[in-house]
Amino acid sequence: MYHILLVRYGEISLKGRNRRMFEDILISNVKTALQGISIGEISRTFGRIYIETDEWEAAAERLQKVFGIVSLSPVLRTDLDLDSIKDAAVRVMADTNASTFKVETRRPNKAFPMQSPEISRTIGGHVLKNFSHLQVDVHQPDVTLEIEIRREGAYLYSRTIPCLGGLPAGVSGKGLLLLSGGIDSPVAGYLAMKRGVAVEGLHFHSYPFTTERSKEKVMELGRILGQYTGQESFKLWICHFTEVQKAIQKQPYESLRITLMRRFMLRIAAKLAEQQKALAIITGDSLGQVASQTMESIFTINAVTTMPVYRPLIGMDKQEIVDISRQIGTYETSILPYDDCCTVFVPKNPATRPTVEQALEAESGMDVDGLVNEAVALTELVEL
Amino acid sequence: MQREIYLDNSATTPVSAEVAKAMEPYWSVQYGNPSSPHMRGVAAEKTMNHCRRTLAELLGVTPQELYFTGSGTEGNNIAIQGVANIPYNRKNPGHIITSAVEHPAVLHVARYLATIGWEVTYLPVDSTGRISPTDLQKAIRPETRLVSIMLVNNELGAIMPFLEISGIIREANRERQTPILFHCDAVQALGKIPVDLKAIDCDMASFSAHKINGPKGVGLLYVKRGTGLRPLMYGGGQERGLRPGTENLPGIVGMTRAVELALENLQTNAAHMRRLRTRLIEGIRSIPDSAINSPMDGAPHIVNARFAGIRGEVLVHFLEQKRIYIAMGAACSSKSKGRSHVLEALGLSSEEILNSVRLSLSPNQTEEEIDYVIESLAQTVGEIRSIYS
Repeated sequence: MYHILLVRYGEISLKGRNRRMFEDILISNVKTALQGISIGEISRTFGRIYIETDEWEAAAERLQKVFGIVSLSPVLRTDLDLDSIKDAAVRVMADTNASTFKVETRRPNKAFPMQSPEISRTIGGHVLKNFSHLQVDVHQPDVTLEIEIRREGAYLYSRTIPCLGGLPAGVSGKGLLLLSGGIDSPVAGYLAMKRGVAVEGLHFHSYPFTTERSKEKVMELGRILGQYTGQESFKLWICHFTEVQKAIQKQPYESLRITLMRRFMLRIAAKLAEQQKALAIITGDSLGQVASQTMESIFTINAVTTMPVYRPLIGMDKQEIVDISRQIGTYETSILPYDDCCTVFVPKNPATRPTVEQALEAESGMDVDGLVNEAVALTELVEL
Repeated sequence: MQREIYLDNSATTPVSAEVAKAMEPYWSVQYGNPSSPHMRGVAAEKTMNHCRRTLAELLGVTPQELYFTGSGTEGNNIAIQGVANIPYNRKNPGHIITSAVEHPAVLHVARYLATIGWEVTYLPVDSTGRISPTDLQKAIRPETRLVSIMLVNNELGAIMPFLEISGIIREANRERQTPILFHCDAVQALGKIPVDLKAIDCDMASFSAHKINGPKGVGLLYVKRGTGLRPLMYGGGQERGLRPGTENLPGIVGMTRAVELALENLQTNAAHMRRLRTRLIEGIRSIPDSAINSPMDGAPHIVNARFAGIRGEVLVHFLEQKRIYIAMGAACSSKSKGRSHVLEALGLSSEEILNSVRLSLSPNQTEEEIDYVIESLAQTVGEIRSIYS
C-alpha cells in the first residue's frame, strides 16, 4: 500500500557549508544501492529524501545498509481532501499493533484549508472511531501517526525503520584497510565506512604457503563489505607477500617474525596508500588480543610510517567485534578455516614486547626497500 | 609444459572416455523416466534393469539386493540410519560398533545415533590402521544391532580384517534371536582389492562410482535380502521405496560401465598400482626425515607419508605449481580445520599429523611419472626446509 519511502538523515544536516555536498553523495549512494529496484522520482526537502517506489520493502532492505541514513518510513500518499486523508489514516494505523497513539501534522502547503492542530484532532477522532482498542496518549504513544500536507498530496506514515546512521560512505576521503580474512578486519573496515571513509582493501597473499581458497574467502568478504560502500564495486588490492615472508623466515630472530611481518605489511600499505592518494590505513587491531596487538608491538610496528593508522576496534572486546561481524554478515565467511599468511609462519613464542631497536637489528640484514618496492609493484587490483 | 599428474584418486577420479561414451545417449536421446508408462519410459526401465543385472552378476549377488543411490555417503546413511529406523530399534535404541578410522559418512552417522539414544563403540586401530578382531569380540553386547567397518581405509589404505570380522559376527549370531547386522563401507575397496560380497558375508555394502572413473552423484548399496531397512526419505517408491527419487539413468549407466571396467581389469590394475606404490614408497624413504604412515600390506593405491618440519598443506600448494596434485589427509576432512582422526587413531603426534600428505594412484599412471613425482617431492621438500630452517 505504500508507494513512497521517506529517508531521514541526521548528522549530515548539521554540517554547515558541506551539507549540500554530503546530501549529493548520500543521494548518489542511495541510487547505487537501489540499482535493480524500480524507483521513481527522488526529491529532498528539509533534511529528508522522498523516494517513489513500488517495491518499498526491497528498497528499505537495501537502504538499511547505506550509511548516513538514520531511519526510513514507508509513506502512504493520498489526495488533498479530508475524506481521503481519513481513509488513509485508518489504513496506516491498521498496519501497526499499537494500543496508544497520537497524531502529528505538518502543513508546508498553506493552501490547505485546515490548520495542523485541527487536522490532527479530526483525524485522531476518526481513528478512535474505527479502532475500539486504541487510546490517545500524547506523551508516550506507542505510535505517532504523522501527516504532512504537501503540495503533491497528503503524506501519512506511522512506521519507523531504524538504520545505520553514520556519515555517507565516501564523504571523508579514502582509506586502505588491511583485510586478512579473520573476524576483525572486516568489522574495522565497516566502522571506518560508517564515518564516511571510502574504504579499499589490501590483502597479503602468501601462496603457495596458503591456499588459493583463502584469497577467494577474502574476496567474498570484500563483496560483503562492498554492500556498505555506496559504490558499485569494492576495490581489493592483492599483494603477493611470499618473497617477504621467505626473507623474514631467513632472519635469525624467530620470535620477532610476526612483528617484522606486520612492519612490512604496514610499509607496503603506506606506500600503496600514498600512490592511491589514501589518507589513512585501517587495521583490525584490538588492544592486547594477540602478541602483535600489545601496546609495545603496536608501537614498534607503527614506527615504520607516519601515515595515520586508524584502529576502530582498539577498545573492543572480542565478543563485541563478533556481534558486529554477525550483524554485518561477514562472520560466517570469516570463520571458514583456511590459513591466512599469519598462521603458517607464526613462531612458537612470538615476542609480546618487541622494541624498535630489536626490529631494526633483525631487519639490518634485509633489503627492506627492495622487498617493499617489489611487493608494491606486484600488487594487483581486483574490483569486486 | 609438464603433464598433469593427479595423485588424489581417492578423492575422485576423472570419468574415463569409455564411461562418458556409454553415458552419452542417456542425456538427451534416451532421456526417459523409468516410471513412465509409455515406450520412452519402458526403454529407460529396461536399461536400468539391465544395469542392475550386470552389476549383480559382477558382484555375485541378486539384482533385487542392489539399490542405486546418490553417493557413497548416501549409501552409508541409508544402511546405518535404515537399521536405526527399523520400528523395533526406534523404540529400543541399541548398540552399534564401528571403528575410530571410518569415513565421516559413517562416523558422523554414528555420532548422530548417539544423540537419539544409541550406544556407540569406536574400536581402536593398531599401528597399521586395523582393528583387532579380539576387540570386536569383546565389544559385542546383547543389545548390539549393527557393526559398520570399512573394507579399505581412505586415508591410509589399510585393509580391515573383514573375513575375521564377519566370522566373529556369524559366531555371535548363532545364539541370537535378532542377528547383528554387518555393514561395510566398500567405497575405497572396489576396483582395488577383490570384493567378494558372499565371502565377506556382510548384510550391507556401500559403493561409489566416482572413485573408479565413473560419474559423480551416483552410488550403489547392497542390502542382503530380508534385512528390513527402513528408508530415510519418502517419495515415489523408486528403488523399492528405500531410495525414492527419479533414477539417475545416465549416472547408473556410467557407474555400470565403470564397475565393469574396474572389475575386468582388477588383477592387472592392482598389480600395476602395487608396483607404482612400492616404487613411490621407496622413493619417499630416500628423502631425509620422511616416514610412511600407510601399512606396507595396504591397498595398492594409497600412500600416506610425512615429512618432518613441513606442513602437508604447504607441500600440496608447492607441488600443485608443478602440476602434481596430492592431498593432505582426506579431501573430506582437509577443508575442516580438525586434524585427521585417522592419523590420530594411529597414534601420531599432532606435529606428525600436520606433516602428513596422501598420494593416491590411478592405474593409468606410469613409472616415469612416479619417478618425476619422487624427484619433485625431494626437491620441494628440500626447498621448503631451506625456507623454514
